[in-house]
Amino acid sequence: MTDPAIVASGIGKIFNRNSDNAVTALTDIDLSVEPGEFVSLIGPSGCGKSTMLRIFGDLISATTGSVEVFGKPASQARLDRDYGMAFQKAGLFDWRKVSANIELPLELAGWSKDRRAYRSQEMLSLVKLQDFGDNYPWQLSGGMQQRVAIARALSFEPKLLLMDEPFGALDEMTREHMQVELLRIYREAGTTVVFVTHSIPEAAFLSDRVVVLSPRPGRVHSVIDVDLGVRNEDTRESERFFRATTEIREALRSVEANS
Amino acid sequence: MKARFAPFWPPVVVGAIIVLGWEGVVNLFDIKEFLLPKPSSIVRALGDQWTPLREAGWETGKTAVVGLLAGVVMGALLALVISRFAWLRGSVTPLAVALNATPIIALAPIFNAWFGITDFRSNMAVVIVVVFFPVFINTAKGLTEVEPNQIELMRSLAASETTVLRMVRVPNALPFFLTSLRLSAPLSVIAAIVAEYFGGPQNRLGPFITQNASFSRYANAWAAIVVASAIGLALFAMSAVIEKVSMPWKQGDPAAT
Repeated sequence: MTDPAIVASGIGKIFNRNSDNAVTALTDIDLSVEPGEFVSLIGPSGCGKSTMLRIFGDLISATTGSVEVFGKPASQARLDRDYGMAFQKAGLFDWRKVSANIELPLELAGWSKDRRAYRSQEMLSLVKLQDFGDNYPWQLSGGMQQRVAIARALSFEPKLLLMDEPFGALDEMTREHMQVELLRIYREAGTTVVFVTHSIPEAAFLSDRVVVLSPRPGRVHSVIDVDLGVRNEDTRESERFFRATTEIREALRSVEANS
Repeated sequence: MKARFAPFWPPVVVGAIIVLGWEGVVNLFDIKEFLLPKPSSIVRALGDQWTPLREAGWETGKTAVVGLLAGVVMGALLALVISRFAWLRGSVTPLAVALNATPIIALAPIFNAWFGITDFRSNMAVVIVVVFFPVFINTAKGLTEVEPNQIELMRSLAASETTVLRMVRVPNALPFFLTSLRLSAPLSVIAAIVAEYFGGPQNRLGPFITQNASFSRYANAWAAIVVASAIGLALFAMSAVIEKVSMPWKQGDPAAT
């Protein structure tokens, strides 16, 4: 895997182009993500971080510039099912049992029933919900639903995991627990992650690199390298963690000051 | 499992008390039978008139059921078509909502002119139109109002529009569709009888009620109303059962009612 996971060059996005209420959401975005990297996008609301994620995932098209994912256009990567996605809302399908929710991408990819069942069982163990495969989503707590959504996103071993504030609706303790879980899953699955968040500690804890965006129009303000090594609950009280959050916080303050 | 169906006996007890109270009040105040017949007289009329009532109930029931099925199928099919074309959705749906707010039953005499005053099709047309709108509006809503993230997820997995329709939109619309079925099932009986007041064949519940009322045989008219109510209740119960069994995932969900 020598191709970078993502190469975005000169991305710009204008909504409602050719109309009076045209909005420039993103301008001049250059970013590359290496395979296996965990990159967070952070910035004040309206900075276009979710838009950027959707352009990477070929869910919306950029007005200018291009996105290559593993050496091919994003549109091809989508058709090749290189993407796993998770959102703030778990977005599970009410009418499918937990295991059937996890198997949805496998069904679309044409896996046999036995293979699907085997894999969903594996994924359930990975997110520590072994006993919940036969339950319906409403029977699970918010944190558990989110774990199912992550299991669904990873079930077919996508090369790139795109996450849009997946823990945004969870309480603080569940959230921190989920972050540790995500890192474990990320390591075990050996995937690449682009993670949108507005939480400074979350970005610091999870990421190899944090991309700080400034708003109106969204552009890359700075990119902060974070190296916390092996992370666990104690990491949050460490000196290095404090330094990382401080650095991100100061970048965000200068973003605010300039806008 | 226990809470699947509400216990049946409280409404039965209250119903029995009302019927007994009715009988008592009519006896006590010596209310004339042409104003309000006693439940016991209605039961007697039900027995006396059983042969014509059974025929009328059967015919009216057929109009209601066939009209209901036709309206449901047409409403659901149009909703499916509409869900695929945004430009149709923007124009047809608001129109349907507006038409649904009009007293469609008032069309009955018009349909008599179209299909013939003694033709059963004029009655059935009223039923179809009455059922069609709520089914269409609700089903279209369920097909289109899907969580945006779920559509994005499907697109990220390279699912085609047809796959999204089959795997997301249709199951998402099922509760909406079944609710509209449960609401329009009793409506179909009301529509059939009101339509029959204006015309159509004579061996139906509608004409039976109007004719007996005009001869002041009110107990007979009430007996026909009892038959009509039984048909409406049966259709309602059937659609409620269909609703339960076709959505196993809702069972026990406190958010689902």
